[in-house]
Amino acid sequence: MTMAETVAGASTPLLELRQVSCRFGARPDLAARIAIALGAAKPFPIIHALDKVDLTIRKGEVLGLVGESGCGKSTLGRIAAGILPPSAGQVFWKGEDRATLRGSRQRDADLEAQMIFQNPMAALNPRMTIEKLVAEAPSIHGLIKGSTSSYVDDYLTKAGFDPAMKKRLPHQFSGGQRARVNIARALAVQPDFLVCDESVAALDVSIQAQILNLFMDLREQLDLTYLFVSHDLGVVEHISDRVAIMYLGRVIEEAPVAEIFSRPNHPYTQQLLAEVPRIRPGKRRFAAMKGELPSPLNPPKGCHFHPRCPHAHERCRVEVPQKREIAPGHVSACHLNDKQAV
Amino acid sequence: MTALLEVRNLVTEFPGEAGNGLRAVDDVSFRLGRGEVLGLVGESGSGKSVTGFSIMGLVDWPGRVTGGQILFDGEDIANADAETRRSLRGRRIAMVFQDPMMTLNPVLRIGTQMTEALHAHERMSSAAARERARDALGLVGIPSPEERLDAYPHQFSGGMRQRVAIAIALLHRPDLIIADEPTTALDVTIQAQIISEFQKLTEDQGTAVIWITHDLAIVSGLADRIAVMYGGRIVETGNIEDVLVAPKHPYTHGLIRSVPSQNSRGHRLAQIPGVTPSLARMPEGCAFRTRCERATDACTARPGRFGDVLAYHRCFHPHEEALV
Repeated sequence: MTMAETVAGASTPLLELRQVSCRFGARPDLAARIAIALGAAKPFPIIHALDKVDLTIRKGEVLGLVGESGCGKSTLGRIAAGILPPSAGQVFWKGEDRATLRGSRQRDADLEAQMIFQNPMAALNPRMTIEKLVAEAPSIHGLIKGSTSSYVDDYLTKAGFDPAMKKRLPHQFSGGQRARVNIARALAVQPDFLVCDESVAALDVSIQAQILNLFMDLREQLDLTYLFVSHDLGVVEHISDRVAIMYLGRVIEEAPVAEIFSRPNHPYTQQLLAEVPRIRPGKRRFAAMKGELPSPLNPPKGCHFHPRCPHAHERCRVEVPQKREIAPGHVSACHLNDKQAV
Repeated sequence: MTALLEVRNLVTEFPGEAGNGLRAVDDVSFRLGRGEVLGLVGESGSGKSVTGFSIMGLVDWPGRVTGGQILFDGEDIANADAETRRSLRGRRIAMVFQDPMMTLNPVLRIGTQMTEALHAHERMSSAAARERARDALGLVGIPSPEERLDAYPHQFSGGMRQRVAIAIALLHRPDLIIADEPTTALDVTIQAQIISEFQKLTEDQGTAVIWITHDLAIVSGLADRIAVMYGGRIVETGNIEDVLVAPKHPYTHGLIRSVPSQNSRGHRLAQIPGVTPSLARMPEGCAFRTRCERATDACTARPGRFGDVLAYHRCFHPHEEALV
């Protein structure tokens, strides 16, 4: 690699999402389209899972993605991992538009981004041994040079799983061990980038600590980049370098972890972070944010958060707030920032 | 003054493969006063839910309570007949489960289920029952309760369903509510809403609560006292401040330090090695000794209770100093 390429490599983000939207819904057939056009039928409902999301992930960083259930964080994770195409917008992988990649370059891009799912049992075929599960993908893609058995042992050891037990089936293991198998499986195709979708949510506290430590060790050993999707603010605060907050299909705030936890800007972030469960002995009143996440079938106009926001004013009901940089690296989408600037 | 609930040396067993009993709850003792909140904390398989079910008299066959006493308002209900248990359940002791669909019947309207619970213990007219049910829904923060009485459970969101389950538990103003991980399946924002409603209502009605959870952070802000379970035993119990600031048992110590927080950012978490052994493979003596760094030969003997029933631990080598 020449010097110029190294410099270019450092400035190109690993992954960049530009104006990515994702909509789910049935596509009307010809008869339905005619009926809708004539006003005889209602248009099919469409879920707006993601609405023009911009997100950049730099090489080597851990980006935490936080939001309530139904806000689209898993959809964003899937698009980032390349297993779901966006309905609109572009995804750049190492500076190249993913949609234009073909052949071996597409395959490489697909292998370089891997995903670790929430439910380790659902992600493992119950009738395959641990060895087969881990060896399957790398042998199909011809990544194994030498003996399959030692290749599998190597990756199981990296994930902290005893290779002596690799002939057994997934149901014979505990949740923590299954999580380790899933990690070994993702690592076995030698990825650069891991999307962890609630990967520790189902685990007990003591096991969760072990897996979080494993993620941090692997990051150092293998130079990995993570997108860490979670609803657990404590976990995100612990593991992330940077945090993005999502609300109903939009990223509303993005900042380095210390900045966002000490100076949250968006009213939603402020209320969300006020509820980080911390071990603080002594009875206290649990304060609660009003209301629930609105339906993505019919999101509110303007700022999505305005029906629950204590500071909402007229402008929030009509105009979508744009993201603005309010401090170095700290981006927030709220109309209140314009007011303060004036 | 007698305590509202006193559990003495409770043992609940399930038959094992080799014909020996597996002790899901092993010599558990604690005391709970009126209006007091006890946090019962432990990881999966530690026996915290079975303890709750034992108090309710809901342990499924072939499991059963084989030893000890459960004194509720001075009366031993551990071996009470089905009729006595039934008259207590729902009226004086209520339970809220993790999954509200365990409480709610999916094919009945909410109103039908609530008035059914009222008629089970009190004679009243249908109109009066419906009115009580409507008021109860209003209390837990459900908007337009009159119309919602005619809705089916699937028409509610997860948080709203849990509110309905709590409303049903509070219908008879019970003396004791056993809440088994009622907010685990919910989002943080909804969790905070539910806890705040729950806290308000139980304090107003003077209800005692056993809050079963794996989440130390929730318990730290909610409970008066805490009991930490491991391998079917309470390994440490006491006032919430004492236990969280200066945990004596190495398991409590490790558990508190393994919770990610702002102080741990960028560092490795202190982890407890290994996994919780299954009931059939629980080590002799102290159940935690195989994972404990302070364990010695002395730990092969079963540790007794060090301290009184309100504050004790089960460890031969307890931590003396406070956590930093």
